[in-house]
Parts: sequence; structure tokens; C-alpha cells
Amino acid sequence: MAGEVDVSGFVGTEARIFTQSPKHTGQESNPEFSVIFNPELRYNAGNHRFTFIPFYRHDSRDDERSHFDIREAYWLYIADDWEVLTGINKVFWGVTESRHLVNIINQSDVVEDLDGEDYLGQPMVNFAKQTDFGRVSLYALPGFRERTFPGTSGRFRGPLIVDTDNAQYESSADEKHIDFAARWSHYFGDWDVGLSHFYGTGREPRFLLNGAGTKLLPTYDLINQTGLDVQYTNEAWLWKFEAIAREGQGETFAAATGGFEYTFYQVMDSAADIGVLTEYHYDGRDFEAPVSTVDGDVFAGLRLSLNDTQDTALLAGFSIDPDTSETFYNLEAERRIGNDYTIELRARFFSGADPGEDSFALEKDDYIQLRFSRYF
Amino acid sequence: MKMLSLKLLSKFILSGVVLAGVLATPVWAETPEEKGFAIAARADRSDNGFGDSVAGMEMVLKNAHGQETNRVMTNKILEVPDETLGDKSITVFNSPADIAGTALLSHAKILDPDDQWLYLPALKRIKRISSVNKSGPFVGSEFAFEDFTSLELGKYDYKFLREEACGDMTCDVVERYPKYEHSGYTKQISWIDQDVFQARKIEFYDRRGGLLKTLSFSEYKKYEGNIWRAHKLHMENAQNGKSTDLLYSDYKFKAGLDDNDFEKGVLTRVR
Repeated sequence: MAGEVDVSGFVGTEARIFTQSPKHTGQESNPEFSVIFNPELRYNAGNHRFTFIPFYRHDSRDDERSHFDIREAYWLYIADDWEVLTGINKVFWGVTESRHLVNIINQSDVVEDLDGEDYLGQPMVNFAKQTDFGRVSLYALPGFRERTFPGTSGRFRGPLIVDTDNAQYESSADEKHIDFAARWSHYFGDWDVGLSHFYGTGREPRFLLNGAGTKLLPTYDLINQTGLDVQYTNEAWLWKFEAIAREGQGETFAAATGGFEYTFYQVMDSAADIGVLTEYHYDGRDFEAPVSTVDGDVFAGLRLSLNDTQDTALLAGFSIDPDTSETFYNLEAERRIGNDYTIELRARFFSGADPGEDSFALEKDDYIQLRFSRYF
Repeated sequence: MKMLSLKLLSKFILSGVVLAGVLATPVWAETPEEKGFAIAARADRSDNGFGDSVAGMEMVLKNAHGQETNRVMTNKILEVPDETLGDKSITVFNSPADIAGTALLSHAKILDPDDQWLYLPALKRIKRISSVNKSGPFVGSEFAFEDFTSLELGKYDYKFLREEACGDMTCDVVERYPKYEHSGYTKQISWIDQDVFQARKIEFYDRRGGLLKTLSFSEYKKYEGNIWRAHKLHMENAQNGKSTDLLYSDYKFKAGLDDNDFEKGVLTRVR
């Protein structure tokens, strides 16, 4: 479509109902409503591509959740076996489902969703080259993006809110430090392998108390992180493994996620598929690193795809910490209505946390969410 | 001499020809299997040298009540001339809008499972997927995955059945049996015309041996280099009353595509 701007995207409305009264002072208990606007503009002129994807959410309750972001705004030049992308983009690395350990280029947009699958746009210059020995991608990343956090009236927070106006940095250049990353990815028969390294301001903050002891100050450290992701695909089995080693936050530590997905195709002579997923998390970080709640956790889930004309799909799963019995339940279902609309249901429940345990602050944040979107 | 005859003998055994049969029949007589293979090979090779192609695809899915749903895609194929390997292809969805940008990359093999990657644009994630789901429906249509991905000559054994009229032409009727694993079919019967050697109709038989679907090819057009392409494929399910029309448009050949255009890394920008 050279010479034409291609316009697509969606507008959505979303409602969240919390099943319990809030735990922390300042939080509200009435339902939460949002509207979301996510247009996508693309201009394709042969070897030159231009993409612009702004994003805006207006939330009825939490000013921190009402936010604007540029997800993508870049110019891409494509040559035969190399390409250069300049601008804001989103990049995904990794293979596992319940945690995205090696995925580090983009900052999490935490106010969007708890699942860590929404990201803020990252400014970059990205050079990629395809060789006979895989794809090599180099990134220079100017302009650090701070993680988003709920405000006073928002859910999914502890007793103290995070003061996003007073972030602290290890780098003397603060958020202007230029980060670098490199990745190589390839496949060998049934094996897909990725190896990556990142040097710069880590995306995960630690929290310090402010002077008055009323707020948490997000504190971002300079880190080196090496990541490995491997998938072995054999018949209906997908075996997945991700690992990182990170230096710069307390003692150098390693973390890993591994598991499998097995799919039963066309169950009981229907068109439907059922996938069974299990993943185990290890995290070796110490108290000087940002808190991780997943060490020793086990995730198990079921994925149902009806393969009907409406693409009806459902994912139900839970993560459990066998030591403390803290459990997080997650249900996601979606279906197309007509040709241009979709409806998505999400339900998330927390249980089993005792005082002092990781998810105790969230114990009253069980919710059911419905999103209705119009695509164009 | 001894070496040579041993070699010959092993060749006959390997090719499945019964030695006694060869001795008893004149050398030019073909078995129905050989004739079936020859007809299929002539059809398969009729577009040799097409290089690469880009085409628009529209699927019209019709349910038993006649209600229609549409899918719009772009399809790119890179010819891999070596017949012991399969072609490479990328299918990109343009509509419905909520799955626009979703793309499927396939490196076809002959008897080993194909290598396949799926691109999910919401997360910009490239995911290697299992290709054992041969018989599952492709995007809710009456086409199965294997109806697109299992077009290679070497994926089947063949048997010539008969000649018969098909429309204004005469067709060779050839039965073929999938040799690859996980097929939903026990056999297919194909009608291949004797004029330009193109498939005109295929019947698909399910695992119980019953007729499952009939695929009719029409609106053939000839492109440069004597390449024929059907522009309408009508798949009729004999068991559930549903049908799918697959319409091809804007065929371009020799668009200058190469292996680099069919690597998993490019899936993020194929839209």
C-alpha cells in the first residue's frame, strides 16, 4: 500500500468490579470504569516504514491510571539482510508464559494490568542483521522510562503509595543514561535459542522510604543482565526455559523459569484444542535487590481454544507458593462479536497470604473485569 | 558385474517394485502407483521455476444457516527448488481487525514436521508453534492446516484410478495417501486435467474412510512462464453443511523475495 496511510486500532471501554472493600486508606470501593483509545497509523513506502501508535486511557478513579503514552513512533529502513529502526518501539524477547524474565527493553506499564504484558514505548536506535548463523540485533536506548504505579485511590498497592515524581537513580545522568543491549536469536531444527545482554538502568526499581516516611521512592540501579531463552518444540510439546544473571543489585544473582505446554488437538472430535501449561520459578536475589515474589512458585494453567469463527479462547490458571500457600488465580476469556467487536473477561483472586507475606497487601483486591472493544 | 547387479537389485527393492513383476511385464508398462506418481509429479512440477509469489487471499466462511464471515490475508511463498525440501510461506492477516498483523511463517518439510512460527502483534511476540495440528481448522474455516501446508509431491503415495471427463476436459483420477504423520485423512482423490495438468477437484476422506470434504478449483489464470493458478477454491464439508470459499487476487510472481524474507525475525514487520 505504498503512498497510503493505513489506519487501524481500537477503542475500548472497561469496567472493573472489586469483590471486597479496600484494605488501604484512600482506596475506593466503587466500580472502576475506563475508556481506552489505541489508534495505529502505518505508512509503507517500500524500504521505508513509518509507524505511529499513541495510547490513552482515561480512568474514572485513579489519576495515575489515566495516562497517555506513545507505544510506537518510528522510522524503519529495510535493506536486504539488515535494517535500522529509529524512534519509539516495543520489543519482546522470551518464550515462557507466566513470567517474562529476559524481556528487558521496555518498561512495564503496571497500571494497565497486573500480568506484566503491557509495556511503555522505549526510544531506541536498533540495528538488526540476518546472517546464516541467526539474527543479531543491537540497541542503543536513550531516555529511560519510569515504571507506572497506582495512585492513592487505586488498587493493587501497599499501604504507602509510590512517589513517581521523585524517582532516584544510581546513574549521575538520571533518566538520561543511555542503555545498551544486544541479542542473538536463531533456531537449530526443533530448538529456538536466544542470547541477550543488557547494560544500563534496570527496569525494576527498589523502594526507599522518603524522609517523612509517607511515600516510597522508586530507585533505579545500573545493572548488567545476561539472558538466555530456549524452546524445544517436539510433536505437541513445547518445552520452555528462560534464565537471567544480573549484576548490580546486591550480590550477583540468577533467576530462571522453566516448564512446558502440551496441547490436545481436536479434543473429543471437536475443533477445540486444550493446552496444559506448567512453569516453575526460581529467583536467587537477596534483600538488596528489588523484591520478587515468585521464588519457588509454581504456575499451572489450562488454555482452551474453540477454533470457531469468533476465535473464542479461555486461559485459566493459578500460581502458588508451596511454602506459604499464597495463591493467585487468573481467568482470561475472549471472543469476537460480529466482525469488529471483541469482549474480554478477566477475573483475578488472591488467597492464602498471611501478615508479612508478599501478597498480603493485595488480599482485598480480587476483581472481575470486562472489556468491550471496537476495532477498526 | 556382480556389484552392478546387486546395486540394481537393491534399487528395485528400495523402490518397492517386486522383482518378479518386473520380469513378467514389458518394461514400458507402469503400475497404477507409478502412473499415479507420474501424473502428480507432472502437475506439481508444472509451476517449477515460479520463484516466489505474493497474493491476496480472502476467505468467505459459510455456516449451515448460510451466514457468512470473512477473513482477509496476504500470502507470500518462496519456491524451494529442491524437492526433498518444502517451500517457505508467510500468511499475514489483515481482517478481522482484532487479529490484523497476526502472521504465520512456515518452512515446510516433506515427512518431518514443518517448522512454524506465529507472530502475535498485541505483545509483538514471535512464538514457535507445534505443527502436529495438521487436521485442525484453519481460522475456523473448512480448510485444515494440512490443506495449505501439505502440497509437496513427496508427502503422499499415489495410485492412478481412471480417466474421466471433468467439465470440458478429460481428467486423470489419482488417489493419494498421506505419508506424513497426524493427517486427518486416510486418502484423497484428485482430478487432474490432461490439458494443463492442474487439479480441478479433490475429495478428502476422513479417518473412518467416509467422504469429509470436496474441494473444487476454478477461475484458473495463466501467468508468465506457463504458471497456472486457480483464483477460486470452494471447500464443501459433506458432514456439517458448512463451506468456505478461498479467493485469490493480485498474484505477483518473481517479486524478488529471498530466504531473508522468510526468517522468523522479520515477522515483526510483515504487516
